[in-house]
Amino acid sequence: MAETLLKVAGLQAWYGESHILHGVDFEIRRGELVTLLGRNGAGKTTTLRSIMGILGKRTGSIAFEGRETTGMTSDHIARLGIAYCPEERGIFSSLNVDENLRLPPVVKPGGLSIEEIYKLFPNLLERRYSQGTKLSGGEQQMLAIGRILRTGATLLLLDEPTEGLAPVIVQRIGEIIRQLKSRGFTILLVEQNFHFAATVADRHYVMEDGRVIDTVASSDVQQSIGKLQSYLGV
Amino acid sequence: MNATRIGYAVLIVLALVAPLFAYPVFLMKALCFALFACAFNLLLGYAGLMSFGHAMFFGMAGYFYGHVVKAWDLAPEAGLLAGVGGAALLGLVTGALAIRRQGIYFAMITLAFAQMVFFFCVQAPFTGGEDGLQGIPRKALLGGLIPTKDDRVLYYVVLAIFLFGYAAIYRFIHSPFGQVLKAIRDNEQRAQSLGYEADRYKLLAFVLSAALAGLAGATKAMVQQFATLTDVAASTSGEVVLMALVGGLGTIIGPVVGAFIIVTMQNYLAFTGEFVLVIQGAIFVVIVLAFRKGVVGEFAEWWKRRQAR
Amino acid sequence: MFELLGIPPQALFGQLLLGLINGAFYAMLSLGLAVIFGMLNVINFTHGAQYMMGAFAAWLLLGILDVPFWASLVIAPIIVGLFGIVLEKLLLKRIYHLDHLYGFLLTFGLALVIEGLFQWKWGSSGAPYPNPIPGGFNLGFMFLPTYRGFVVLAALVICLATWYGIERTKLGAYLRAATENPTLVRAFGINVPRLITLTYGLGVGLAALAGVLAAPIQQVSALMGVNLVLVVFAVVVIGGMGSIMGSIVTGFGLGLIEGLTKVFYPPASNTVIFVVMALVLLIKPAGLFGQTK
Repeated sequence: MAETLLKVAGLQAWYGESHILHGVDFEIRRGELVTLLGRNGAGKTTTLRSIMGILGKRTGSIAFEGRETTGMTSDHIARLGIAYCPEERGIFSSLNVDENLRLPPVVKPGGLSIEEIYKLFPNLLERRYSQGTKLSGGEQQMLAIGRILRTGATLLLLDEPTEGLAPVIVQRIGEIIRQLKSRGFTILLVEQNFHFAATVADRHYVMEDGRVIDTVASSDVQQSIGKLQSYLGV
Repeated sequence: MNATRIGYAVLIVLALVAPLFAYPVFLMKALCFALFACAFNLLLGYAGLMSFGHAMFFGMAGYFYGHVVKAWDLAPEAGLLAGVGGAALLGLVTGALAIRRQGIYFAMITLAFAQMVFFFCVQAPFTGGEDGLQGIPRKALLGGLIPTKDDRVLYYVVLAIFLFGYAAIYRFIHSPFGQVLKAIRDNEQRAQSLGYEADRYKLLAFVLSAALAGLAGATKAMVQQFATLTDVAASTSGEVVLMALVGGLGTIIGPVVGAFIIVTMQNYLAFTGEFVLVIQGAIFVVIVLAFRKGVVGEFAEWWKRRQAR
Repeated sequence: MFELLGIPPQALFGQLLLGLINGAFYAMLSLGLAVIFGMLNVINFTHGAQYMMGAFAAWLLLGILDVPFWASLVIAPIIVGLFGIVLEKLLLKRIYHLDHLYGFLLTFGLALVIEGLFQWKWGSSGAPYPNPIPGGFNLGFMFLPTYRGFVVLAALVICLATWYGIERTKLGAYLRAATENPTLVRAFGINVPRLITLTYGLGVGLAALAGVLAAPIQQVSALMGVNLVLVVFAVVVIGGMGSIMGSIVTGFGLGLIEGLTKVFYPPASNTVIFVVMALVLLIKPAGLFGQTK
């Protein structure tokens, strides 16, 4: 069994005065694809942002490759090899596609080259000199994912990459995520779309009220479907 | 509430006996700046609009007063009215343009308009250019009833004008109009959606603030018997911001305290020449970094904490 | 000799050249102001004082160390830029989380301190700086002093280089991205606080460079930037701060308008830019190149 890459223990986090995470525990091993499932407001995005060090106040422990990161600033954390693709995608409107793609600095060797990324997302190559925010929603999502593949980061945090996209594109993103996993990336995926998540992940952590309340292995999904549906309220 | 009332009573008694202890001319100057600072603070503290050009109202009103009383040889009351009216009119024009932008742009626009007025005053014939308007005669008020040659008599006139202006601001803030203004300051879109035309309220506040700044400027010209470029210059606009800031933005009495502190400081440090500016700049820096609530705001905080114990 | 609308061409072109030179300074200064505002959310009121410091640095370098103008053109902006970096590290960075007004007030206070100290040490009457390229060309319709022609060209080059740096380089991409979303840029591993410090240093250096260029034309004096920064504020309101090219075009354009006013109606030449500002506020409140809001 592969080593533990990320271990989150007793994580608490705040947005200003409001206490969002009340002790989150989970771990990811190298090469795994794990999802965080849960309803709106369960704390999934906040968990990603805490790992990335974007939130101001957080306590508990987040260890990446055995190193404690709760005391670090987000640029420092990124340089350890964690990359983040936010829910709102965060494409820069004052940068064209190519500039967006080349923006995140390379932090480690082993990332994809620009050519490989364009091969993965041929649409982006066609539109490389367009303004980043002039792309369609699906293309913007691909740009947001493509952008973090160059940096050499080993852990990718993807926040709802399928949100608001057409089924064809969701399918395409599913293929890409599987391809990334096969290339050895470790992926933490936040999803509301459980059916999508079930097709790509090794394991699912279910969150509610700022805690992880259950773990379901992909192989057990069929048996646990009723339980999962009640968690997610679908 | 009671403490506030006692506080006001003490202050008024102090104001009444003050000429026994301090030079009336100094007190009058401080009162003029106090009214000026209150007028400025009305706009920033209660409408959320920071004007960095309020000297144009203060200084122009001084020129209007001087021109009416000296060149036209009219009564001082007419001069004061001209100062207030002229400043209000100027406020109407510049305010209507400035409120088209928000936040920091508003400050830059008012500053730019004030600079335009300054350049105008440098060249316009009726301001006396670099020399200013000198030797504005002090005439008796109320058709001769109140002689003003004696500084101590004039002091009570100025005190009355100040109290009038202060009371006007107090009434305004506590009126329904003032409440709407605060609602706009806190959340303009919400106030708009409730049906208040934010721009109209802001403009009225701007004009009122300009008019009161004009009253302060005209009164100062009456006291000092001159009006000069200094009072329309950007440095004076900065000074009034400093007074309000030192005293406490958004507190009604704060600007008065701030004005007295700054005018006193200028008095005692006058011998250092240009160094006064350095000290004023340093006060800006320190207050912005460490005491953003100002003297009155910090005191109120301390008092509350004490009461809570 | 022909005449244009009753104006002798010497006077007309002479004033146009002066306007172009003023416009060059407006463009360089409003550019720095816009870049700083984009990154720091602070309207840098100290800009005029830093422009003055650039001129003073060149003057002192010449007077004390005999450093020639051309070397000062590089050294002075670096010195003043470093001073800006110290200011940012010590003071400005403490107020980014506050309302924009506090940045305005803080930098206003700093300008008072800096200008006051210079005035206290060197007085307010100016000192001349020798013209590094005396002489000129007779263009037939006017006499062009070489140095003045050089200033216009140099300013154009500086402005275009700034535009290139921001719009076409990697560092510029970082700047543009961080202006939009500093949190995300930081989460990509870029040290945004350092980027902010650097931006302030560059913006201040740009102001100082303008100051060095101005030294041989104007008297070097403690208060040389006081009125200038106020005019530049109006320029920035007119142009809007969203566009680099917009700042450059607005700066030069307003200088020319000012020059023309000096020819046709001299009393209004000091105020014409403010009149233009009023008109722009009436017609297009967001500024000529600004996006709404």
